Amino acid sequence: MSASPPTSEYRRREQSITLSPLGEQLEQSHDEQQTSQELLTLNFGPHHPATHGVLRLLVTLRGEIVHDIKPIVGYVHTGIEKTAEDKSYWKVIPVIERMDYLAYHFNSLAYIGAVETLAEVVVPTRAEYLRVIHMELNRIMSHLVWLGTSALDLGAISMFWYCFREREQINDLFEMSTGQRMHTRYFQIGGVAEDVPVGWTEKLRGFVKRMPSSLDQYGDLLNSNEIVLQRLRGTCALDAETLLSLGVTGPLLRAAGNPWDLRKAAPYSCYGDFDFKIPVGTVGDNYDRFAVRMAEMYESVKIIDQALEGLPEGPYITTDRKVALPPRHELATSMEALIHHFKLVTEGLRVPPGEAYYPIEGPRGELGCFVRSDGSSKPARVHMRDPSFVNLQAFSRMAEGSYIADMIATLAMLDPILGGIDR
Amino acid sequence: MEVKRERLGGAGDGDGSAAPVDPRTLRVRDANARQLLRGGEIEGLTPAIELERNDDFDLERHVQERVLTTTLDKAVAWARSNSFFPATFGLACCAIEMMSIVAARVDVARFGFEAFRASPRQADLLILSGRVSIKMAPIVRRIYDQMLEPKWAISMGACCSSMGVFNNYALVPADKFMPIDVHVPGCPPRPEALMHGVLKLRKMVQDDPDMGWRERYDAVGTEETLRGA
Repeated sequence: MSASPPTSEYRRREQSITLSPLGEQLEQSHDEQQTSQELLTLNFGPHHPATHGVLRLLVTLRGEIVHDIKPIVGYVHTGIEKTAEDKSYWKVIPVIERMDYLAYHFNSLAYIGAVETLAEVVVPTRAEYLRVIHMELNRIMSHLVWLGTSALDLGAISMFWYCFREREQINDLFEMSTGQRMHTRYFQIGGVAEDVPVGWTEKLRGFVKRMPSSLDQYGDLLNSNEIVLQRLRGTCALDAETLLSLGVTGPLLRAAGNPWDLRKAAPYSCYGDFDFKIPVGTVGDNYDRFAVRMAEMYESVKIIDQALEGLPEGPYITTDRKVALPPRHELATSMEALIHHFKLVTEGLRVPPGEAYYPIEGPRGELGCFVRSDGSSKPARVHMRDPSFVNLQAFSRMAEGSYIADMIATLAMLDPILGGIDR
Repeated sequence: MEVKRERLGGAGDGDGSAAPVDPRTLRVRDANARQLLRGGEIEGLTPAIELERNDDFDLERHVQERVLTTTLDKAVAWARSNSFFPATFGLACCAIEMMSIVAARVDVARFGFEAFRASPRQADLLILSGRVSIKMAPIVRRIYDQMLEPKWAISMGACCSSMGVFNNYALVPADKFMPIDVHVPGCPPRPEALMHGVLKLRKMVQDDPDMGWRERYDAVGTEETLRGA
């Protein structure tokens, strides 16, 4: 700066001032500080708007640099796994849905898949397609909430309004098909609880048509935003090997370049029928995590579109009366239907003894459910492998050595859901 | 509103006699114009004593039409109930629906609720959105204690009102450890339901700011007031 020749009288006078004694003084005191600098322990949470729930972090800081992070969890421990042991198989579904509260359809499918594996229930194709449509809508909704709140953490408030506008549209679709906006209890052992109402597919088709252009708008808003780019590019990167060794799955792992997605790696439900891509990143920094989730929403829209086109006719739930309730009109005419209804409602279905683990690809990674049956009508053990919980242990590795502001951005890009972590 | 009344025709004229009135005085011209509008005749100048009587009448009507009298308590309650500052405090599922009442569809800003405050010191409304575990309960209570008087609390959803679908060892209903003004049912409540609860609270604050929870919770004498107030 000082090398450029003075262009005006003011510049000449400005450059004539020598700051060297003051500069040396400052540098010296800085060195002294370095040697005597103390570590600061910052208690972050459990009530803090940037922790996306009631997460508590014990952050050790050296100046503004994060030295160490210790997450403390358990502030929304709800005892869901223990409660599940106390309820009959199909009454567990509403409890398990409330675990990761942005991925309710995924929670119920992981559990129902494990029970169906044990009970060897055959699910009709229409039910599988309806499940996939609802899950992909749910994935978009989860990513929208992530995008809105993460952008809020980075200081961009307008994204929040846009994302929640689209979220309301998805919730309207859920409300129309299932009767509830959240925690719908739509998936049932053997299929889905009810067929979609008349007019729902048209409404969904309209949404599928609108959504890509909305996503384009989000991209236009954020991808060329200097502040967002500076906050996300090159911050808190972690390579795929380290992530794998920590058990991280989902968009975080894909952002580091590993295309591991259970929808492709071990297709469940009817994901084998659809043509979609797995977005991956390159370096695994915060920008890649952001970009992978943005691209995933486009792919989810593509899956919904294909499932809607190929939605077959047929029953929406299995006709096995030992598993699913008989239709209402049969109760008045058939004694057998009445007995099945009574047995299912009072005792529930019995599942043969055994163990099953059913992993699916949730919005945050591998969401698996382990169910052990002892042959009774209640599960002996239900355990969920929640992706938020496992991903959280990579957080201190990601954020160590970065600025505390980047730590907030990393936590936003990690997208932990505390209901899933604490269960 | 301050109304300054002066006798026309010069100050300090204590005996009330008809002093000479300047015809160019604005008030006299005003009175004359009014007389004209009523269809009356103007005969010379309006006597000052009559002008004063007319003024009294007009002033009274003006006050009746434009000024509301109320108590200070009611005015303050009205202002408070239309500008709640809720604390940014999310617990679980309901927090997502709580966020969506700020968004465009329900738009709680219509009622002056949109200023969510991250610090409990600046907030006067605590919306308990979600399940309160036994580990979390002391922290919730502490946040409530940190809020300044007057303060209100909404328990949103079944979990923090009655432990909801879980009803097990891990949860505790909010009424066990802090006073709740409004319970909003639902699992989770729709944004419209929370809005209904918020408007109920607004009505409660406007009608009875105290609502008697101190008596209910045996907390008389814990009021925080400014010294000397």
